[in-house]
Order: sequence, then C-alpha cells, then structure tokens
Amino acid sequence: MAVLVLADHDGSAVMQPTRSAVAAAQKLGEVHLLVLGPAAAAQAAAKLPGVAKVLHGDAAIYANRLAEPVAALLARLAPDYSHLLAPASAAGKNVMPRAAALLDVQVISDISGVVDADTFIRPIYAGNALATVKSSDPKKVITVRAASFDPVPAEGGSAPVEAAPVVEDPGLSRFVGAEIAKSERPELTAARVVVSGGRAMGSAENFKLIERVADKLGAAIGASRAAVDAGYAPNDLQVGQTGKIVAPELYIAVGISGAIQHLAGMKDSKVIVAINKDEEAPIFQVADYGLVADLFKAVPELEAELDKK
Amino acid sequence: MKLLVPVKRVVDYNVKVRVKADGTGVETANVKMSMNPFDEIAVEEAVRLKEKGIATEIVAVSAGPAAAQEQIRTALAMGADRGILVEHDGVLEPLAVAKILKAIVEKEGPQLVILGKQAIDDDMNATGQMLAALLGWPQGTFASRVEPADGALKVTREVDGGLETVQLRLPAIVTTDLRLNEPRYASLPNIMKARKKPIETVKPADLGVDVTPRLSVLKVEEPPKRQAGKKVASVQELVEKLRNEAKVI
Repeated sequence: MAVLVLADHDGSAVMQPTRSAVAAAQKLGEVHLLVLGPAAAAQAAAKLPGVAKVLHGDAAIYANRLAEPVAALLARLAPDYSHLLAPASAAGKNVMPRAAALLDVQVISDISGVVDADTFIRPIYAGNALATVKSSDPKKVITVRAASFDPVPAEGGSAPVEAAPVVEDPGLSRFVGAEIAKSERPELTAARVVVSGGRAMGSAENFKLIERVADKLGAAIGASRAAVDAGYAPNDLQVGQTGKIVAPELYIAVGISGAIQHLAGMKDSKVIVAINKDEEAPIFQVADYGLVADLFKAVPELEAELDKK
Repeated sequence: MKLLVPVKRVVDYNVKVRVKADGTGVETANVKMSMNPFDEIAVEEAVRLKEKGIATEIVAVSAGPAAAQEQIRTALAMGADRGILVEHDGVLEPLAVAKILKAIVEKEGPQLVILGKQAIDDDMNATGQMLAALLGWPQGTFASRVEPADGALKVTREVDGGLETVQLRLPAIVTTDLRLNEPRYASLPNIMKARKKPIETVKPADLGVDVTPRLSVLKVEEPPKRQAGKKVASVQELVEKLRNEAKVI
C-alpha cells in the first residue's frame, strides 16, 4: 500500500519540512502527497522527485486547513494507505493526532528514524533519550522531525494531480484570522544558518544586534525559551523542546546558557558556535567553537568582521 | 460552565534524566516528580476563567499511579474544586488517556477541557487532539489567548510564523502554549484548604476503557554525545575558523 504525506505549503511552494517528511515516507513505500489549498501549491508538490501522485483539495472547507475537516479527510483516505505522515510542524502536530484517534490508532510523534514499516525511533525527554518503538496498530499515523531527514529536492519529478474528496463540513470551528510575520529571512526550520539570542540579550531592542549579523549571513533568527519568556522575541522563534527543532549547518548561540530544553532543539546542528561571557555556561559543552566574551562587544565585532573578505 | 483540567505527573523539568543501563527506559526511581509545566498553565487558565465568573467549577483529573494524587492536590491548591484520580500503574499512551478522559467527560459534562499541549516526558503532543476527535469536539491547540465569545470560544494559536485565531463552538478542547499565562504559586492557606477538597479514585476498568498500549518500546538509549570543541580567543579567530576550518560561511 502507498504512503500518504500531508503537505505544508505557503500557497505556491512546498515547505522544506514537508520535503523531509517525503524523504522519510520513501523508506516506507510509494509516496502520495495531499495538498490542501491553491492549485499552484499542488503543481509545486507534483515536481517533488519520488512522489507518485498528488491529491489536491481546493474546497472552501480546506482553505485554512482547520484540524477538524482535515483530520476527517485523512480518516476518509486512510483505507488506501499503510502509513499517514506529516512533518512535525504546527499544522502536522495539530491534525495528525486527531486523525489517529479517528482511526483508533496511537499517533507516533516526531520520529527521527525509520527502522522498518512498524518500527520507528523518536526522541523523548527533550531528546535526552531515544526510544525505538514498534507499533501494533494496523495503520501508522506519524509526524516526522524534519531535522532528522535530508529533504528531497524541490524539483525533478512530475506526478499526476488528482482531486481529493470533499468531506462534509463538521461546522465545529471557524477561521477568524492570522498574523503571520512577513520576513525576508529564511524560515527557521529550513535555514542553513541560524543565529539565536538568549536572556542575556537583555531586551527586544538588543535583538537587532543579532538581526544585523543574521542579515550578513542570510540566517534565520532564533531565541531561547528564556528570551521568549522575557518578551524579547516572539514564541514562533523559540528553539527547543517545546519550540522549533533545527539542525542547520551553522548555529550561533548568543547569550544562551544552554539549558537541556534548548539543547534539545539545536544539538544536531552541524557546527555550533557559542558566545557567552560565562565560561562555565553549559552551551560550551556542545559548541564546536566557543568565545567567552561580552556579547554587546563581540556581536558588533562579528558583524564588522563578516564584512571583511 | 464546568471545566475539566487533566494534569500529568512527570519527571520534574529541572531533572536531567538518565537512561537505564538495561535500555528499558529512563530512571524514575528517587527522582523528583512534578505536574507537567504545560498542565500548570492549563490549571491557571481554568482558575482565571473561574475568577472572571465564566467558569463555575473546575475538576482536575489525573490518570496515573496513586502518587499522581500529589499533582491533583497541586491543582486543588491553585484553585481547582475537586479531583478525580484514574489509577493505573502501567504505561498510559495518549490514546488510552484520551479514552479515559472521554469517559470522564461523558460523566461530568464539562463545556471546556483545557490540557497542556505536550507532556515533557514522552513529548507526544497528542492527548488534547485525540480527545477532541473521540468526542467530535473542535480543538484550539497551542493557545496563547482564550476568550469566551457569545456561547463560543475564540482561541489565538501559536503557529509556524505567527499567530492564528479560530472560533470554536462549545463544548471544546483547548491545549495550552507557553505564553497563555504565568501559573501562580499556591499560597500556604490554599495548600491547607486543598487538603480538604475531595479526590475520587476510579480505575480505567470502572470506566470501561481498555488501556492496552499500542506501541511497544524495544529499547531506550542515550543519544550520541556531542564533544565540546575548542575555545577561540577573539572574534577574528572565530570568523577565520568558520571560513577556513569548518567552511560554513
């Protein structure tokens, strides 16, 4: 049986975490993608290499991808699939457990590895342990930790696009509005470089210091939970156990002490740089390059140094 | 309206967990246990709704070992009115907990169930969504703001890239995110008062719920350790290393 992946998209392109979920799905069988929204997004999905079919739903009921109708649609499609997957994004985490319960199966959240069709690896306790779990359910409903799977390319395939069925509107919820920050910077979970600030940044105003460095590097901005709690950065920038999980090529932690909950979100980064004035800070135990320095001096220096070739 | 708030007993946030040598799980003997932090936010939100006169009664429920009474007592000290312990010593997966909670909901008739979005032990992030599905109720997950609105509930949600607002028909499920509120500390007089509040104990079988796990844990291991690297003396040296040694910029 084939494997269905629920796609996240921005209206025209498929998000990188979905391409990682497709990579995970390819280990399990023939991959079909479910795209809810504009036709342009379905066309983009059809270009992903290794996708055999795109199911496209553009009914009004799917427009805002509310959990209630989307989970109902997944449950409707489930008989044709052995596995239902989604990236462990805000959307995937919202919908997939609901779909799993409709099917009377236990969702397997945030997998970081595929052992076989029934067996998966997933981090528990903020990534301080890795559990290998085997599901006895007849069907598997899974969310995928994008940072653990190299994404398939955005181009190279040409899958046929078919219309997805329209489920009855359960009328349980209504979309009121969204405030999505417009940013020229790359998306946090897809960025090649991430520069994150912690509580030592001291204010939201001071985050501009790392923004300037991020702009020089084409980097996304992240934040520790402490910085979010203090109101220095919005919650969707939070990197850690209960925020975003990132694994960029370069992660620069500025004024972040390195609580285990933060490390859970970034310790799989390829190269980690820590800038902190406390040389005992636990972040230095995972950093490839540590600089013990006052961030208010070091960060502007870094910005200047990056300009020199 | 009546509110139901599930609370989970978990290894305390500040404990660095250790994987057992035999690879069957993590060490939980003689480890400090607490209420799951997101559940504290759920209790706080319920208490605030009661203080505003919107909620009339708050029932705290926990599914777990007998010792989970401690977490119910904490919820009672924060302002919940009474507790229900669904006592079970083995593993309870989110689907099983959702089935237990569905049975409690059918008995108690709450208009709103507020849960933490994720427990910090199994990191599943599932019980609220699963309960919503089993009840056929709407869900407002990862809530940063909850406002009652004309027999409905307006929930602002933390989503990738920003915020989204949905309006839910009641009865409904809400799961809490970090910024919804800052939970209070229970005062000593309230801790004393909580000792007199009733806690009812039932078993999953009394509720007619089969809690057999669907996942078997084959092994639990430590993730690969990252080696600490080197200290650099200056920003110049850092940039030089990133350019020429790590070759990442």
